[in-house]
Amino acid sequence: MARITASVYTSHVPAIGAAIDLGKTKEPYWKKVFDGYEFSRKWLKQNKPDVIFLVYNDHATAFSLDLIPTFAIGTGAQFLPADEGWGPRPVPKVIGHPELAAHIAQSVIQQDFDLTIVNKMDVDHGLTVPLSLMCGEPKKWPCPVIPFAVNVVQYPVPSGARCFALGQAIRKAIESYDEPLNVQIWGTGGMSHQLQGARAGLINADWDNAFLDRLIADPKKLSKMPHIEYVREAGSEGIELVMWLIARGAMSDIAGGPAPKVLHRFFHVPASNTAVGHLILENMVR
Amino acid sequence: MALDKPYLDVPGTTIFDAEQSRRGYWLNQFCVSLMQAENRARFKANERAYLDEWPMTEAQKKAVMARDLNRCIALGGNIYFLARIGATDGKSFQQMAGSMTGMTEQEYRDMMLNGGRSIRGNRRLGENGDAQPQNQPQGAAGAARRAKTAQSRKGAR
Repeated sequence: MARITASVYTSHVPAIGAAIDLGKTKEPYWKKVFDGYEFSRKWLKQNKPDVIFLVYNDHATAFSLDLIPTFAIGTGAQFLPADEGWGPRPVPKVIGHPELAAHIAQSVIQQDFDLTIVNKMDVDHGLTVPLSLMCGEPKKWPCPVIPFAVNVVQYPVPSGARCFALGQAIRKAIESYDEPLNVQIWGTGGMSHQLQGARAGLINADWDNAFLDRLIADPKKLSKMPHIEYVREAGSEGIELVMWLIARGAMSDIAGGPAPKVLHRFFHVPASNTAVGHLILENMVR
Repeated sequence: MALDKPYLDVPGTTIFDAEQSRRGYWLNQFCVSLMQAENRARFKANERAYLDEWPMTEAQKKAVMARDLNRCIALGGNIYFLARIGATDGKSFQQMAGSMTGMTEQEYRDMMLNGGRSIRGNRRLGENGDAQPQNQPQGAAGAARRAKTAQSRKGAR
């Protein structure tokens, strides 16, 4: 039986990808960001999963206004890094896990979440920046990745409560897969940031840190927070944080298991326009 | 029954909802076309001619040519789409975001290094934070302009 061993949460700022690709990670501005992931890179090497289920949002890259799926699961065999206008990031292609992805799609739809199934799409910085932060610059990514795209571009995005419930359905789906795979679930995006208008550059560090506290200790209550609070307090693009609730909902304490162990926590301002937040939670075996 | 839009009182913020998306459909789809190198080259060679291939409004085309991102957003643009114009121009997200505040690049960068824009006074219209309509444009140039306006009003009295 497959199981979720840990969840990882991280921002996915495009400028972080650019800093890596342009060799700027040692510059003082960026070093402060990358130092916060040093533990994480070592941890991932020592705790290499068989599959990463990576929750992210597409930034008008694979999904233009032609098609706006609220939840889309990548069931393809591979996904290429997208050209977002600066040329594709020079990172390895993403190898999927079509068998597990198809299993999850069927199970989750049978649990009443109407997923869009995507066999072909390119993946943008929302997916590749978290991989770069956690894996460094390898020739190939350490394991297959199932991309799971959430619409957070066109309002209304799914509610925190819906995301949290979806995470629980994903956990059930993964645990009903026969092969004994070690799966990690990653939730990405956020933290506070706003990229538009006169309020561009908004950062709310107090709110972000309270969000991290609540995500760890009381995610169920946190999941009931309405959209408007994310927008007002964490900026129009801070709403990406609902995606973290998918990963959190997939942890075993939500299904009555022991509380997860906080392996790592990091917060830093700024990376370009954004507050960077990062957590690793490990599932405890009872 | 009207839709629930509790986000209309957040200063300096336009939420890209279904109505905005409808308004900006062709503007945003034009932006998507710039993800292809060949289209970027054609746009750069003759912006007006390239824009005229799209059923955008004249106001949208003018806002694109002026690189007025605030105006583009008011006309239905979304920043993730508009970012393709910035990428075509070789601009970073920070340069694009900063351009919407009236601050210089250096002023905006310094604000971010100092912890970003404060939430204080910027939660709701009617407060007096730096993102409020009465405090635009921001930065040294905006402050000087407002001081001048205030002085001339005083003189006129």
